Amino acid sequence: MRRIISVLMENAPGSLSRIAGVFSQRGYNVDSLCVAPTSDDSLSRLTIITQADDKVTEQITKQVNKLIDVLRVAELSEAPHVERELMLIKVATRTEIARAEVNRNVDIFRARILDVTAQHYTIEITGTSDKLSAFAHVMGHCADITESARTGVCSLSRGDRALRP
Amino acid sequence: MRMMSGAAMVVEALKEVGVSHVFGYPGGAVLDIYDALFAQDDVKHILVRHEQGAAHMADGYARATGRTGTVLVTSGPGATNTLTGIATAYMDSVPMVVLSGQVPSMHIGEDAFQETDMVGCSRPIVKHSFLVKKTTDIPMAIAKAYYIANTGRPGPVVVDLPKDLVNVQDKHPYVFPDDVTMRSYNPTVKGHSKQITKAVACMLSAKRPVIYVGGGAIIAEADGLVTQLAEKLNAPVTCTLMGLGAFSGVHEQFVGMLGMHGLLEANKSMHNADCIVALGARFDDRVTNNVDKFCPHADIIHVDIDPASISKILKAHIPVVGSVDVVCKQFLDRMEDVDTEAQKEKLKDWWAQINEWRARKCLDYKQGAEVIKPQRVIEAVYKHTKGDAYISSDVGQHQMFAALYYPFAKPRRWINSGGLGTMGFGLPAAMGVQFAFPDACSVVITGDGSIQMNIQELSTCLQYNLPIKVISLNNRALGMVRQWQDMNYKGRHSCSYMDSMPDFVKLAEAYGHIGIQVDKLDQLDEAMERCFAEKNRLVFMDILVDQNEHVYPMQIKYGAMDDIRLSKTERT
Repeated sequence: MRRIISVLMENAPGSLSRIAGVFSQRGYNVDSLCVAPTSDDSLSRLTIITQADDKVTEQITKQVNKLIDVLRVAELSEAPHVERELMLIKVATRTEIARAEVNRNVDIFRARILDVTAQHYTIEITGTSDKLSAFAHVMGHCADITESARTGVCSLSRGDRALRP
Repeated sequence: MRMMSGAAMVVEALKEVGVSHVFGYPGGAVLDIYDALFAQDDVKHILVRHEQGAAHMADGYARATGRTGTVLVTSGPGATNTLTGIATAYMDSVPMVVLSGQVPSMHIGEDAFQETDMVGCSRPIVKHSFLVKKTTDIPMAIAKAYYIANTGRPGPVVVDLPKDLVNVQDKHPYVFPDDVTMRSYNPTVKGHSKQITKAVACMLSAKRPVIYVGGGAIIAEADGLVTQLAEKLNAPVTCTLMGLGAFSGVHEQFVGMLGMHGLLEANKSMHNADCIVALGARFDDRVTNNVDKFCPHADIIHVDIDPASISKILKAHIPVVGSVDVVCKQFLDRMEDVDTEAQKEKLKDWWAQINEWRARKCLDYKQGAEVIKPQRVIEAVYKHTKGDAYISSDVGQHQMFAALYYPFAKPRRWINSGGLGTMGFGLPAAMGVQFAFPDACSVVITGDGSIQMNIQELSTCLQYNLPIKVISLNNRALGMVRQWQDMNYKGRHSCSYMDSMPDFVKLAEAYGHIGIQVDKLDQLDEAMERCFAEKNRLVFMDILVDQNEHVYPMQIKYGAMDDIRLSKTERT
């Protein structure tokens, strides 16, 4: 089952490798991992997408929480939450038709063209992971994908629930 | 504000946290720290012969005292040589701080001479680690390291110190922190009151309770409270390999060690229990046997200071996060009205059943006329130490014989590598014990395989006049490997024998000690007497024991707790 684990930890050197270490040494899987400082830059927030049953999820939460640098851990997917991922995708648009088709789909998906060169469009799209995958799939049909990069999922609980220090 | 060099700060901070002994080995990256050590007498440095030995000595010291053991090594090989010792401490939750030298900051990452990423290498086997970036951070890093190592669930902490930060020339302001509390680290010691209520109700309604005590009870110094709880409930008590001594091995409610080589009565009690009170134990695979068949009738109350230990292997019905001492006190506070006599009456049938299992006398063995049985040696050690020694053990058959045939009446007397199973642990661990308690009787129970894994430390023993008693059960083979080969590999003894055993007596003498060889039963007692009469010398007892002896009882693989082999031919 897909889980979203969110972690609030000290923004200290080595913290990320400790988290990654827990996942590799205990055999947990990581679909994506997204990390950056929070509004308080002494703290980092990580969002990890993993596939796990209830027992493994409980262990992941506890083992991550056990790390000295970690302040809070929560499984966001067990309650209402919002999640977003960002993708940059560069496509080669060699014909007028292709350019028009790319443009049309950018509008449909509410994506944004960030950069245009003679041969390429670089597009930004934000949404759920499924939406990003769908967009990439469509782009593959109307143009040649040169490269793409995704941030991994970033997520917050809805309402009052929050990870606070 | 005092100005001092980074090296002086290291030593000053060690004094501040109360370090008495540092076990270490010098080298390029830590020469400045060694220079600072030279200038003082408060912190005693013990020069080992191999850094792995230093880590095990610090470990033995910590297990025997409850205080944090300290290791000081240089970068590169010095640091990596401690890794087995760190992993050993990690698996058994032993408080330890390893100060490792590092190449100068500006050379980190350049594959410099004797450079290794010690923080990276040790990451999966430490509780925490610090790579110090500024000289003025040294006191805080050391203060935090000791705080983390010996609070909550203890464990090893690495402090990596680049050489440029500790040079003896540059002076910086030294400030030792008053407070090391961390917002991200705050172990829970007190059990949740709702959980306490549930647990007490469960214990009191049980008709067949068992108290299952692990190493956590020793770490929490909870032996007295565990005994009170057990006596209040009149419940049988079993200890894990790590928990031996947390409840007296000679108490009438003690049913012995449980698990793979546990006693019949201990494992039977567990299997038939309706309530298991796990105190600082972690349902290790060497205890549970097949988890699917584990204790089918029992409600499990699991008390542990580490939330991650609870429900890791088996779902606890009543989890209680907290320190064993505090939680036992909470239990007892809710049991003031409990009438122990009524409990005795209630558990009468349960005890009748347990005594029936006890009557099987599963530890009985057949001692012939001449060839010495290993069990007999342990019994002799018990007799000649009056059951009051610190017994450090290596890993293998001798370890199990020691655990089974030497009842421990007090905590911290049984020092062994339970989790990692590190051969070569025993001798240096016994040395750590002896440094902590110079007047105590420190014994190593070892075998001809294990002792050779850190035998170089015999030299350290001479340097510091450690009167350790080395009891080596020499069966000319790797006994436990051989036992498994007999049982599971049709007796094909692949690489489990030693064809060119050294003369251990001469070896002991070469290191400046006394060596005694015993190969006949009728010499054993007299030799033991000689050995323990030597109060000021190390004695190495090379005792030739029966090569074909197996350790029993032994659980049958994939079975339940009570599926047990009782001898080569009998099983439950």
